[in-house]
Amino acid sequence: MRIVVDLNRCQGYAQCVFLAPEVFQLSGAEALTYEPNPDDARRLQVQRAAAACPVQAILIDRLNGAERSVTS
Amino acid sequence: MTMPATVAELVRTFKANGRIVIVGASLAGLRAAEALREEGFHGSLTIIGDEPYEPYDRPPLSKQVLKGWVPADHTKLPRLRELDAQWRLGVAATGLDRATRQVRLADGEQVPYDRLLIATGTRARQWPNRTEAALEGVYTLRSRDDAARLQQALVARPARVLIIGAGFIGSEMASVCRELDIPVTVAERGSAPLVGALGGVIGKIATEMQRDHGVDLRCGVGVSSLEGDAGGHVRRARLSDGSTVEADVVVASLGSIRNVEWLEGSGLAAGFWGVGCDAGGRAFDINGVVTDTVYVAGDVARAPHVLYEYQFLAMEHWDNAVFGAEIAAHNMVNLEPDYYPHLLLPGFWSGQFGVNIKSVGVPPFGDEIVFTQGSVKERRFAAAYGRRGRIVAAVTFDHGRWLEYYARLIEQSAPFPPPPPGWDRPDDMNPIPADFPEPGVPTAIPDVVLTGHDPNERRAEFRPRRR
Amino acid sequence: MAEETAWQQALRKASRANPYPFYEELRKTPVARQPDGSYVVSTYRELVQLLHDPRVSSDPRKRPGAIPGADPLEANIIEMDPPEHDVDRRRMTRHFGPPERPHMIADLEPKIRRIFAGLLDDMKGKTRIDVVDEFAFPGPVTVICKVLGVPLESIPRFHGWIETALDGLDFGPEASDPEQQRRLAAVPAAVVEMRQFLADLFDQYRKQPGPGMLSGMAHDNGPEGRLPQESLVNNAMLMLFAGHETTVNLIAHSVLSLLRHPDQLEKLRRRPELIVPGVEELLRFESSVQLWHSRSALEDIEIAGTTIPAGSTIFLCYGSANRDPERFENPDKLDLERPNNEHVGYSQGIHYCFGAPLARLEVQTAVSEFFRRVENPRLVEDPPPYRHNQIFRGPRHLWVDIDGIRD
Repeated sequence: MRIVVDLNRCQGYAQCVFLAPEVFQLSGAEALTYEPNPDDARRLQVQRAAAACPVQAILIDRLNGAERSVTS
Repeated sequence: MTMPATVAELVRTFKANGRIVIVGASLAGLRAAEALREEGFHGSLTIIGDEPYEPYDRPPLSKQVLKGWVPADHTKLPRLRELDAQWRLGVAATGLDRATRQVRLADGEQVPYDRLLIATGTRARQWPNRTEAALEGVYTLRSRDDAARLQQALVARPARVLIIGAGFIGSEMASVCRELDIPVTVAERGSAPLVGALGGVIGKIATEMQRDHGVDLRCGVGVSSLEGDAGGHVRRARLSDGSTVEADVVVASLGSIRNVEWLEGSGLAAGFWGVGCDAGGRAFDINGVVTDTVYVAGDVARAPHVLYEYQFLAMEHWDNAVFGAEIAAHNMVNLEPDYYPHLLLPGFWSGQFGVNIKSVGVPPFGDEIVFTQGSVKERRFAAAYGRRGRIVAAVTFDHGRWLEYYARLIEQSAPFPPPPPGWDRPDDMNPIPADFPEPGVPTAIPDVVLTGHDPNERRAEFRPRRR
Repeated sequence: MAEETAWQQALRKASRANPYPFYEELRKTPVARQPDGSYVVSTYRELVQLLHDPRVSSDPRKRPGAIPGADPLEANIIEMDPPEHDVDRRRMTRHFGPPERPHMIADLEPKIRRIFAGLLDDMKGKTRIDVVDEFAFPGPVTVICKVLGVPLESIPRFHGWIETALDGLDFGPEASDPEQQRRLAAVPAAVVEMRQFLADLFDQYRKQPGPGMLSGMAHDNGPEGRLPQESLVNNAMLMLFAGHETTVNLIAHSVLSLLRHPDQLEKLRRRPELIVPGVEELLRFESSVQLWHSRSALEDIEIAGTTIPAGSTIFLCYGSANRDPERFENPDKLDLERPNNEHVGYSQGIHYCFGAPLARLEVQTAVSEFFRRVENPRLVEDPPPYRHNQIFRGPRHLWVDIDGIRD
């Protein structure tokens, strides 16, 4: 799956880190880093993290793999 | 038919049958394409990108990717909706003919459009000496491929990494090197890291931060030359102060170059700082006349900003790409009076040395700075920038939750210095000179720049600086 | 006697089950001065603005004429300002979450699941249950005891003290009633007993380390040092009480709200994954912390066309902000799929709910298991009886008739 965090919005509440610690991490007290393309097995965790974000800064892919294929 | 009805019919017809071409397949290009479909555009949509990859996110490249936690190809951007677009990836646009409304591609093909969005962004400025730049072990960092190559070089545990330029990317890379326990030297021509973006007062704090983490930071020096061994691998750098640095990995972090060369001869107001456009994303031509068919978004756009005396603002910021793309997309498929303006308060973040640095506004627009909250010593603080008694920007170190307070003050052009907080006051709350480098003093180019009032930037340049 | 303001009416016991019509009236004046000189903030934008305003204090001791010890919650992180707040909160977070313990809450999930499953098992054979006493209360209180390291046997004791303290607090026109005065008089003794209980527990952990946060905090040797004894006790009290009260109310309200909105319950049954965004919406809809009372202006603050003079008490009404139509479309509609649900049910800014991640896991587990296993639940009484407290608003009982418990 694919995610992106709007780190301008992020205020470092770290709710995502609590709920999906394999995907989101804190570097220091406030700086968030994350795995942008986590394994699909983590989907529930990531959805929990996205729903919990107090400033709704986590964006999750709304398409599945087939739909987002690119054609030249 | 009444006039409004005719306009509505025009809009309807265009949304059904129009042809839109987006040049640039990164964040701005993707979000614009999605926004166009969201706006009800059902016509043909073509997205052209010079890289062979579908749109990916760049901020992770200098952080989690370089560190080795996230593979470079794990940065693909999430899709917000189905696009039904023609993707032309791995082929660059090489020319624009506005008379016939066609984009020329590197493979010779011509792609016709009714509306065009320019979202070609920037590329990394390469080490200027080509022979030296070609040495093995010399890198830049902008693309996914760059990040993958550099990460591989770090995996090989070089004896020392030399980073030339201590802007945000350079500083983030230095931070990663230290996290990986790789010796690193940073050479910065200005007086301190981040000095171009945040001024000398904050630069001094950034200096201490780097040195505390074991970075061999050399400020006020340039790199005169790079030297390789017999095998063509870089081995050392000669600095302008006569010293040398032995390094087997060298990263040139010299800022970016706007991708405007393909617009040569198009008659658009394209130049060093990008393509001039109005606050709705409509491109200007070289005479300052706004076009009806060509739009600009993202890093390559420069547009007048109400908060900064209507100077043309060039922003290499993530949210500028997202919101600028959405505004341009809306305006591409609507007509007056339904245009939207792009009124974004600039903002950025940078994670380095375990500290979250965030900013709103345009710090270099200010000439004074005042610490407003927290402790400089502990590197947890907020500071505001002022100009002529008004607040124009703010920066926080691990104090991001307070930033929106300052953002609101900036939006209101509130007085500077701002009223003191009720608690956690810094030791010294007197405004002092922010200490930005004089124009012409070489340092890293800040990634938000005021570029004067001329749509075509022929005469007015905020900070003319060439390497 | 002057007519009561919308705020005073909202605070009356009779309004507890449905304060929302008064909030609607209140929001016509986003920042409304009350007869006693305090200011009530009821709109989303203004409330969020003040949560990020460094001229606002959370410390009631900084108010003019403040009486030390008047507030049983004072001198813990929720009623402190930076920099002391930030230091103490970091000293506590070290034992609860990232960056030091990122996995602690996520790893509790199986245990939480077992606890709520056990409570549902215990309902087998019954045809009527009290969702509060049999489910919403025992689950979270067990979880918080395990997290903190408080013996389960002590639950009845501290539950009594907490009830006494909560019943004693009243910010409304009924505060001066003799009955309420009598309740208020009982608060200090309950607080003293609870404080002593926790002080003893810390003494015990200092001699013999054990599992849980309290022992960890008592033995901490982190970079910013250990919390002093008094702060340890004050913050342990906060965590023990806030760590389950709010969750109890959210579980009870979630069951109530879903039974009142069969369309949403049906949707949840069809798509169980909606519990994740659903719990955010349920908290927006019936906020466990309806208001907060401890803030004050340290300088004159201009906001929404009025000036809050320095020294004024500020009431933040989260329950109203979460129903503000300027921010939430159709705010009185429960919509488990509400987009951009940036509610303030856990507040925002530096005082953002410490235990929010734990609460989320508990409520998601509790509510989804409840509706998966309880057959044909029907409300017996609507509205149910409510507890007295205005801040921690929730049903005292929630009687539900059921056909049985599935496995």
